[in-house]
Amino acid sequence: MELLNSAVVDWSRGQFALTAMYHWLFVPLTLGLGVIQAIMETIYVKTGDEKWKKATKFWMSIFGINFAIGVATGIILEFQFGTNWSNYSYFVGDIFGAPLAIEGILAFFMEATFISIMFFGWNKVSKGVHLAATWLTITGATLSALWILIANAWMQLPLGMEFNPLTARNEMIDFWAVVSSPVAINKFFHTVYSGWILGSLFVLGVSAWYLLKKREVDFAIKSIRIAAIFGIISSVLIIWTGHGSAKQVAYHQPMKLAAMEGLYEGKSGAPLIAWGFLNPEKKSYADNVEPIVLAVKLPKVLSWMAFGEADAFVPGIKDIIDGGYEVPKIDPRYQDRVPVRADGTALSFDEKKAMGQRAQTALSNFLKAEKEKDTVAMAEYKSILDANYKNFGYGYLDKAEDSIPNVPLTFYSFRIMVILGGAFLLLFLIAAYLDWKKQLHKFKWILWVFILFIPLGYLATQLGWVVAEVGRQPWTIQDILPVQAAVSGIQSSSVKITFILFAVLFTGLLIAEIGIMKRQIVKGPKIEEKADKNDDSDTY
Amino acid sequence: MITYSFLQHYWWFIISLLGGILSFLLFVQGGQTLIGSIGKTENERKLLTNVIGKKWHYTFTTLVTFGGAFFASFPLFYSTSFSGALWVWMLILACFILQAVSYEYQNKPGNFFGRNAYRGFLFFNGLAGTFLIGAAIGTFFTGSEFLVNKANIAEFSGQFAPVISQWQHPLHGLEALFNLRNWLLGLTVFFLARTMAVLFFKNRIKDNNIEGRLNGALLKNAVPFVVFFLTFLIWTLLAEGFAVNPETNEVYMEKFKYFNNLIQVPALLILLLVGVAGVLYGIIFSMLKSTWRKGVWFAGPGAIITVTTLLLMAGFNYTAYYPSTYDLQSSLTIFNSSSSYYTLKVMSIVSFLIPFVLAYIFYAWNALEKNHATIDEFKEGHSY
Ligand code: HDD
Ligand code: HEM
Ligand code: HEM
Repeated sequence: MELLNSAVVDWSRGQFALTAMYHWLFVPLTLGLGVIQAIMETIYVKTGDEKWKKATKFWMSIFGINFAIGVATGIILEFQFGTNWSNYSYFVGDIFGAPLAIEGILAFFMEATFISIMFFGWNKVSKGVHLAATWLTITGATLSALWILIANAWMQLPLGMEFNPLTARNEMIDFWAVVSSPVAINKFFHTVYSGWILGSLFVLGVSAWYLLKKREVDFAIKSIRIAAIFGIISSVLIIWTGHGSAKQVAYHQPMKLAAMEGLYEGKSGAPLIAWGFLNPEKKSYADNVEPIVLAVKLPKVLSWMAFGEADAFVPGIKDIIDGGYEVPKIDPRYQDRVPVRADGTALSFDEKKAMGQRAQTALSNFLKAEKEKDTVAMAEYKSILDANYKNFGYGYLDKAEDSIPNVPLTFYSFRIMVILGGAFLLLFLIAAYLDWKKQLHKFKWILWVFILFIPLGYLATQLGWVVAEVGRQPWTIQDILPVQAAVSGIQSSSVKITFILFAVLFTGLLIAEIGIMKRQIVKGPKIEEKADKNDDSDTY
Repeated sequence: MITYSFLQHYWWFIISLLGGILSFLLFVQGGQTLIGSIGKTENERKLLTNVIGKKWHYTFTTLVTFGGAFFASFPLFYSTSFSGALWVWMLILACFILQAVSYEYQNKPGNFFGRNAYRGFLFFNGLAGTFLIGAAIGTFFTGSEFLVNKANIAEFSGQFAPVISQWQHPLHGLEALFNLRNWLLGLTVFFLARTMAVLFFKNRIKDNNIEGRLNGALLKNAVPFVVFFLTFLIWTLLAEGFAVNPETNEVYMEKFKYFNNLIQVPALLILLLVGVAGVLYGIIFSMLKSTWRKGVWFAGPGAIITVTTLLLMAGFNYTAYYPSTYDLQSSLTIFNSSSSYYTLKVMSIVSFLIPFVLAYIFYAWNALEKNHATIDEFKEGHSY
């Protein structure tokens, strides 16, 4: 057999990050534009105004270009769980596979079916049926986000399962707990709203370009109006659900929260760092060097936001490793998810590691006893395993540092995302105000700002995933399975080759996509009236 | 009372059915390899492209759902095969990735690679995608070299847990091509896809020139298909198979195992005969009567039934559906590789929604196919 080495883990992580981030370049635009075009078509059907139909069709053509590559990048993500994370696929496949399958059966087919009516059906079905197809397409897309995010949320907060030593894997015992997890609900809304924001920014920016070129003015103003209103709503919702997500992190992934805040030593009444720089002098979690310099702090806000009390204790990285602090009151439903000492204080890393090793040894012995059909020994090992299972994954970690995620990446990504979230709200408010006052064309520089915000929208939403995924390292399943135990038994050279393969493939397709998109935008929403009966979107 | 074994069989049936539907829908891929040879003029190629282009999402989504459903119901297969036979799956994925953008991008200005590159991608997907899927399914009957040991998860050396499923061949999947029977199934699927495509084109297109060429293409593809298929089938029925002892779960080699499966489970035999009859009827009558357009409605369902039955034959009646020739006892059966009872039950409830999904697919498919496709439909009125 091939021996595992850290290069396999690193390249597999890199490949997952690469492909996921590529997928995530396209998915949010689908989610956002899909709703915007459906709103426009609804207005068209209600008013019968052909101009709205023209606008709808234009945004649909952009949607189609983007959608194709979203699908192309998605398929590899799905199979990658098997190809690169095979231990993971076995160890939690009993739970994780279900939402993935449901996504295919219920969401992807809805999307794939109605998109064909949306694109090819303009003259083949009635207006009402066509409108329904447009709404069902975006409903399908949003449902696919729902199921995959349920799967992802489950990795951050593994609920509704039980470890079965006979099969040496985790098994689902409560589907509803998986589906209704508070992390999943927050993640779903936060993520979908981020798509809505991106869609709004995209429509705003492209329309601003037409205004600057003095082209398609009526179309551009109509589009800006929809985008601004939709953007304001989405921005408010994203701040709200972002706060909700942060609270979930505080409850269930304290290490991630500490990394997001650069908090090494916990405090009661912890301040929120609005901005700051990480101190390069800080070399270890245990030295007493101040981690953040030039910080702008909002006193007590972190404690209040995370736990609802201005004086609540927020543990830092060092506390989480050393243990011994009073565990913050978390949602009572999940209180017993985290084992604590007899006096109710938190366990240290070493204690967790010892538990993990006990659990692993017990499993190993259990399986040996099972071979020998020694039921007494089996029962004994099972009880040791059960008592220690909640920290199973710590048994794979070597030293305390291995349990700390990349702090700078998490810290800066989080700050930039949040700051941009505020900026977007402001931007949409300005757009709505100028549209209302009919002043849009007067402020050229603001139109340029609208355009410049398109890439910032992409940045914010990518960084959100960086916070979520980098911040939870080294866990693929929180506290139960670290990356080192999740990978496949393949050679790092193989993963390097596939990494390069996908990097080249996706980059090539991205270049093509941008090229086509640019041409489509330059060409604009003109429709040749005579050819309406079978226009562009009807053929390949 | 619904037993665990019942659910395992039910899910193997669903997987087999998805495999069957996929093999029929691969007509899109088959069609992609025919565009160049059947379409002589640009307008003809455009017509052919658009006729199958409206359906590519279905094939693609079926493949995705096949993967997802396999993951949910038999996670050990997912873990073993995808990481083990890595290169086969990676090649399959790569050519489907290319397909997913090609229809949309090929005729759009600014598409960077140029139209012919996208046509090339479609051709490549049609050739490699169908053949490799066939060859990969071939290993369900011929076996692969891997070891499975669940205890590995708790055995660690340094900071690494050894992997549960370990592939033993350094070629990681490509070694499947050393086996003639895998080639036979690969070629069968390739020519099946092309045959189905011809029948589908015949059904959809009204154009004298194209229809004439389709009749020639039917002969050229259907004959190799039938020959490869029958060779594979007969060889498999006569070959040794991977049997499971119901009491001990031990895997052992049994002479004529797959043939015995047909005899011991007559329903499989009947299904196989019905399926093959449907395929042959659709093909032969299309050849005899060149104006008959409905061949695909016999051959298509026939192919679905035939492939479903082949897969059922590989997993039902105490057979190891993903055998390991390296270590027989590592072979995957529907019993030792399935999800838990609870998960299969939940997924079964979800599966009751499938008829509803099929109903709207049927509606949408028909809504777009009211008239036969003609060149004029795609020739004028758009600005590519
Ligand atoms: C346009 C994009 C965008 C914007 C403006 C924001 N977010 Fe966000 N955020 C995302 C896009 C995003 C995302 C890509 O959708 C993530 C990644 C994973 C997830 O669930 O959503 C995310 C994750 C994410 C997480 C991590 C959740 C987890 O680990 O499970 C937190 C704590 C926040 N966000 C908080 C905020 C706050 C307080 C914002 C205030 C303005 C904010 N986000 C704006
Ligand atoms: C590891 C995680 C993911 C996997 C395995 C995955 C898998 C896939 C697959 C296989 C497809 C193609 C489906 C088809 O045949 O039509 C796809 C497309 C799609 N996925 Fe993902 N996906 C992942 C992450 C996400 C996330 C996080 C979201 C949204 C929040 C999302 C939303 C979508 C949407 C909307 C599509 C439709 C195509 C598009 O517009 O991009 N996916 N995904
Ligand atoms: C679509 C947006 C996503 C992005 C941008 C993203 C980003 C990342 C990144 C950067 C890593 C590597 C982290 C590191 O090792 O430092 C990672 C790992 C991973 N992510 Fe995500 N992720 C996304 C969605 C998802 C979803 C939806 C799932 C689950 C369904 C998921 C599951 C994983 C897994 C299994 C790994 C590998 C193990 C690990 O490193 O934790 N990711 N992702």
